[in-house]
Amino acid sequence: MMPAETSLDLRAKPSWRSTKSALMTGLVIVCVIAVLVPLIAVVYSVITRGGGTVIKEFPDFFTKEIPLVSRRAGPGMGPAIVGTLLVTLGATFIAVPLGILGAVYLHEYGGKSFFAKLVRFMATVMTGVPSIVMGLFIYLLWTMRFGYSAFGGALALACLMLPVVIGSTEQMLKLVPSNLREASYALGASKSRTILTVVLPAALPGIVSGSLLAIARAAGETAPLLFAVGAATAYNPHLFSEANTALSVQIFGNATSSFVAAQDRAWGAALTLMIVAFLITFVARAFTARFALKR
Amino acid sequence: MIEPVSTTRAESRNERGAKPNTRLRIEDRRSAPALEETPVVFDVEDAEVYYGAFRAVHDVTMKIHKNQITAFIGPSGCGKTTMLRAFNRMHDVIPGARVAGKLHYHGVNLYGPDVSATEVRRRIGMVFQKPNPFPKSIYDNIAFGPRVNGVKSKADLDTIVEKSLRSAALWDEVKDRLRNSALGLSGGQQQRLCIARTIAVEPEVVLMDEPCSALDPIATARIEELMRQLKDRFTIVIVTHNMQQAARVSDRTAFFTAELDSKNDQRTGTLVEYDATARIFSNPSDERTENYITGRFG
Repeated sequence: MMPAETSLDLRAKPSWRSTKSALMTGLVIVCVIAVLVPLIAVVYSVITRGGGTVIKEFPDFFTKEIPLVSRRAGPGMGPAIVGTLLVTLGATFIAVPLGILGAVYLHEYGGKSFFAKLVRFMATVMTGVPSIVMGLFIYLLWTMRFGYSAFGGALALACLMLPVVIGSTEQMLKLVPSNLREASYALGASKSRTILTVVLPAALPGIVSGSLLAIARAAGETAPLLFAVGAATAYNPHLFSEANTALSVQIFGNATSSFVAAQDRAWGAALTLMIVAFLITFVARAFTARFALKR
Repeated sequence: MIEPVSTTRAESRNERGAKPNTRLRIEDRRSAPALEETPVVFDVEDAEVYYGAFRAVHDVTMKIHKNQITAFIGPSGCGKTTMLRAFNRMHDVIPGARVAGKLHYHGVNLYGPDVSATEVRRRIGMVFQKPNPFPKSIYDNIAFGPRVNGVKSKADLDTIVEKSLRSAALWDEVKDRLRNSALGLSGGQQQRLCIARTIAVEPEVVLMDEPCSALDPIATARIEELMRQLKDRFTIVIVTHNMQQAARVSDRTAFFTAELDSKNDQRTGTLVEYDATARIFSNPSDERTENYITGRFG
């Protein structure tokens, strides 16, 4: 028999398939660039235009109170940082536990029952409610009775975060392999015990990621806070009383002002908000790394 | 494949002091006095398992004896695993799955109205086909079951973890890294960890669903050796695709097969023959068993 080597050709044949593959690869690269360009542009302009103000006034910009007269140059954004943290953390502590419990009900207990379907449908509808409408809702329900407070803002943001947390957590629970549940059941663990000690820890990194996305979005919300939080310029560390303020509200107020000093402060506040969001993400990631199950 | 060897040949070989091998051991067992009649753990009569309207297994009648290894063999889709899972109510978590017929554990109906599935599973543990350690540390994997059962003291847990790992012949390999993730272990080590985790709750029965199908021959040999050691403390029921394995480790063997259900023209599993392993592999009474073990199945 002739040796096969002479006729053996393992080189790729030119074909429509390889052309298609190259085309699609190119398309994907173009899409990545299209997504990255606005992101980099936003980060770049916020750092260059806000960075000057922040560095010039460092560290007063982060600590001093907001000037009462907005045309006056100078720091700072201290009260807005505190307000943003109060409102966002308040919203997180309301929405994340509720959302996780809701998702555990939907996935582990409700399944395909009528009530579970109803809750799932309502959560989907809630995702589509514009944030300003949610702000109005909280204005009627809370602010009209109890006045401006950081808590009103937290309620409004919690309503916006809740369906996102439910949705992402349910997806994560679906991804927990069934053989882990079986292993737990086979050791005599009850359903609640299995959910608490096996299913939730296994899904924790995903749950944290989903919640972080919701928190980061909520931290930048402006419209609902205009209704519920008010516009203070002094520090207000109280969650439940008196008007407060937030970085997003300050960005909106100062950027729409005609005074250059106020506009500079708006850029500085924008940079501050980005830093706050980054820090929240960082802390949450560190927390997850500490408590997540070992991979 | 194990082919039947006549008693006389085996005996004569024994006299000549030939090295024991698998064949010989089977013959030894047959020529030995009849299998010890230990107490009955499971008493099954006309058991059936349904998935929705589909009858997956039917007509299973058998008695499983204490401190013996019972093997379920048979082709794919014959309901071995389905039947095994009925013993510790693992079907409860599958919507639509249902068990009918008599399935008694020490005289108590496992599917009785007052019987709690978690109580059943604390006494009847299970090792799965694919090693499924929790994504936790080696220590926490073993301690999970005892903790579920209310063991809180650190010293008690330490003792249980060491004892279980020693019983599963894993202690020497992992004693210095108990706090490391269990997912860093090899497949064979993971499966022994799962066995250790199962025996850590001191069950009476250990069900094993093809515990060696994902392992290489060396890891398989270690687990088989382990089963022989554990037999003194536990009652073991093992599902296996590997007939040599059934012949090597088990005392009794049940042969299942799948056939067309006269009721609805669907394939359904059934128990064909249940007897001492030595007898099943040397002198089965059913032609279907003989065809299967000699490789003339179909």
